[in-house]
Amino acid sequence: MSTTRPAFTPQFMREDGDAAPWTVLRPDGQLEEGARPTLDDAQLREACELMLFSRAFDEKGFSLQRQGRFGTFSPVRGQEASVVGAAVALDPQRDWVVPQYRELPALLRQGLPLEQFMLTFLGDPRGGLAPEGVNVLPIQIGLAAQLPQAVGLAWGLARQGRDAVVLVFCGDGASSEGDFHEACNLAGTLGAPVVFLLQNNGWAISTPRSRQSAAVTLAARAPGYGIPGSLVDGNDLLAVHEVVSDAVGRARAGDGPSLVETLTYRLGDHNTADDARRYQPADELESWAPRDPIARVLAHLRSRDLWDDEHDAAVRARIGRRIDEAVRTVEGVEPPGVDHLFAHVGEELSPRLARQRADLIASVETR
Amino acid sequence: MSTLNMLQAINATLRAELARDERVMVLGQDVGRLGGVFRATDGLLDEFGADRVVDMPLAEAAIVGASIGLAASGLVPVAELQFLGFSHQAFHQIGAQLARMRYRSQGRFPMPVVLRAPFGGGVRTPELHSEALEAQFVQSPGLAVVTPATPADAKGLLQTAVRSSDPVLFCEPLRGYRLVTGEVPDEDCPIPFGRSRVAREGDDVTIVAWSAAVQVAEKAADVLAEEGISVMVLDLRTLVPLDETGLIEAVAATGRCVVVHEAPLSAGFGAEVVATVNDGAFWSLEAPVARVAAPDTPYPPGRIEDLFVPTVARVVAAVRATVKAG
Ligand SMILES: Cc1ncc(C[n+]2csc(CCOP(=O)(O)OP(=O)(O)O)c2C)c(N)n1
Repeated sequence: MSTTRPAFTPQFMREDGDAAPWTVLRPDGQLEEGARPTLDDAQLREACELMLFSRAFDEKGFSLQRQGRFGTFSPVRGQEASVVGAAVALDPQRDWVVPQYRELPALLRQGLPLEQFMLTFLGDPRGGLAPEGVNVLPIQIGLAAQLPQAVGLAWGLARQGRDAVVLVFCGDGASSEGDFHEACNLAGTLGAPVVFLLQNNGWAISTPRSRQSAAVTLAARAPGYGIPGSLVDGNDLLAVHEVVSDAVGRARAGDGPSLVETLTYRLGDHNTADDARRYQPADELESWAPRDPIARVLAHLRSRDLWDDEHDAAVRARIGRRIDEAVRTVEGVEPPGVDHLFAHVGEELSPRLARQRADLIASVETR
Repeated sequence: MSTLNMLQAINATLRAELARDERVMVLGQDVGRLGGVFRATDGLLDEFGADRVVDMPLAEAAIVGASIGLAASGLVPVAELQFLGFSHQAFHQIGAQLARMRYRSQGRFPMPVVLRAPFGGGVRTPELHSEALEAQFVQSPGLAVVTPATPADAKGLLQTAVRSSDPVLFCEPLRGYRLVTGEVPDEDCPIPFGRSRVAREGDDVTIVAWSAAVQVAEKAADVLAEEGISVMVLDLRTLVPLDETGLIEAVAATGRCVVVHEAPLSAGFGAEVVATVNDGAFWSLEAPVARVAAPDTPYPPGRIEDLFVPTVARVVAAVRATVKAG
C-alpha cells in the first residue's frame, strides 16, 4: 500500500496577499459599473468640503512655516480621500479617532477646533488639549505607539458597555514597528472594536513601501492576526467610506477588529523639513497626479450637478476665511511661559518640582 | 587640518571607516538614498553600495537586534537611530541585549556595534526628537556612552567607536550639527575613551559638561571672564567610561564646580559627576557642587524650550553663586 506522497509546498504563498483594491469612483469621477455611493448628496458635499479644507490648510501651513510662523508640519496632500472617507464613517458623538500626525481633517470631523491643532504646530503645549467631548487622542510622533493604545481604548470602552468604535491611523512605515504587530495581534485576541486604517502612501520619508515589507500587500497580514483585512483605493472617497463603514459596522456589532489598507500617495514632501526631490522619482509623482482624490470627487459631484462654480467659489471663500480667522486667533494667544513647563506634569506639583519652578522663574526674571 | 562642521566630520569619518575595513556597514532609516535626515550618511550609498549602506524598514528594535546578529556573524554594523528619542522603541535590544551579549556569552560574542543618534534640544523639533536621554543608557553596563562636542572629537571618538570590539552609543548634538565648526586632523586620530578634555583653562571654578552643553559653558565662561571670574571648562567626552582622574583633578584645581546638562535634573548624569567629585575631591572643595539642568518635566514644545534647556544666563548665575559661596 505504498502511495507516493507529493513533495511539500508551502500552503500560504506570498501571492495570496494580492488583490485588486476596492474602488467605487473611477479617476474620471464616474461610478464603477453597478456601484452605488454610500454617502448621500449632502454628506458627499460635506466630505468634499472637508477635503478642500485640508488641502487649503496644507498650503497655509507650508507658507506659514516658510515665514517662520509655524513649526515643522506634515501635509495631508494626496491622502484626503483616505483620511476623510474613513472619518465620515464614524459617529463623532460616540466613536473615537486615534491619529498618527497626518490626519487633520479626521480630527476636525471629530470636533477638534482648528486652533488647537495650530497651537501644536506653533510649538505651544496648550495645543495638546482636545476639549472634553471631542473623542480623539493627541497626535502621535512616536510611530506606531498609538496602535496598542487604540486597542486598549476600544477594549475599555467595550468593557464599559459604550457603543463606540475606535478608528486608528498609521502609515506604511509605522506598520513595520513591533507595536503595529503587537496591536493587531492583541486586538484579534480581544475582539476589540477597533479599525486599523493603514495609509499606504508609498513612502516613509525616503523609504519606499517596497523596502518596508516583502508582503505583496500590507492588508494581507490580517489573516495572520486572525482578523479581516481589506485593500481599498485610497484616493477614492466613496470606496474608502464603504470599506471603513463595513469595518465600523462589524466592530459595532461585536464582530471585532479589521485592518484596512488604503492605497494612496504622498503628493510631495514628507514635511516642511524634507526635500522629496532627492528620492521621489518624478515620473512616479506625475503618474499619481491624475489620480488626485479631490479632483475625482469634484468631477463626480459636478457630473451629478451637485457642485458648480458658484458653490465652489463660496466654499473656497468660506474655507479661506475660517483658516485666516484661526491664524489670527492663535497668533494672538499670549505666549506660553515657565508655568506651561510645569502645568499638567502630574496632578500635583511635588515640593521638589515647585522649587524647580520657582528657581526657573527667578532665573528668567533676573536675566 | 580641515575646517569642518560636526556633520561633515561624521560623514567623512564614516566614509573613511567604510573604506578602511570592509566588514563595516551602515544601516538605519533613510540612511541610503536620502543620506540621512541630516545628511550624515550623504553619498555613502553611491560609494559603497546597497549591501553596505542599507535603508532599513521602520523598526528600531529590528535595526539594533539585527546589528547584534550582524556583529555575531563577524561584521561591524554602524547603525543610525534617526533620533535618540526613538531609542525607546529599541531599548530592550540595547540595554538587555547589546550591552550584555559579551558577558552573557562569556566573551564568545563581543559586540563591535556603534549606534549613532542625534539628540538634544534647541532647534524647535516636533515632540520626542530633542530629549537628552544619555543617562538612561549609563545604566546599561557593557555599553560605552560617547558624547562629543566638537568636530575633531566627533572624528576621533567615532574612529575609536567603530574600531572598538564593544558596543558604543554615539550621541551626536543635533543643535551643533551645522553650527559647530572646527579644525579636524586629516590623518587618523582615534581618541581613547575615558579621557576628558580641558576645553578652556581657568583658575576660579570648573564647569563640567558634555555634548552641546560644552558650548553653553564656553559662552558662559566668556561672560564671566569680563567680570574677572576665570572659568575652566571640562568636556567629559565619554560618560562611560568616565575619566574619574581627569574630573577629580580639574575640580581640585579650582575647588569649585558647576555641572551643566540638558537632561532633567533628577538622576541626570550630573548626579554621578557630583558623587564622583564628592568621593575624590571633597577635601579640595570650597563650595557645594552646583548643577544646572533641565527641570524634571517633559521636554516641552518649541516655543518654551529655551526655558527648559540650560541657557548661558543660568550657567553664569550658577557660577557666580558658586564663587560667592564659602
Ligand atoms: C518610532 C519612530 N521612529 C522614527 C521616527 C522618525 N520618522 C518620522 S515620520 C517617519 C516616516 C513615517 O512613515 P509612515 O508611517 O509611512 O507615515 P507617513 O509619514 O508616510 O504618513 C519617520 C521615520 C518617528 N517619528 N518615530
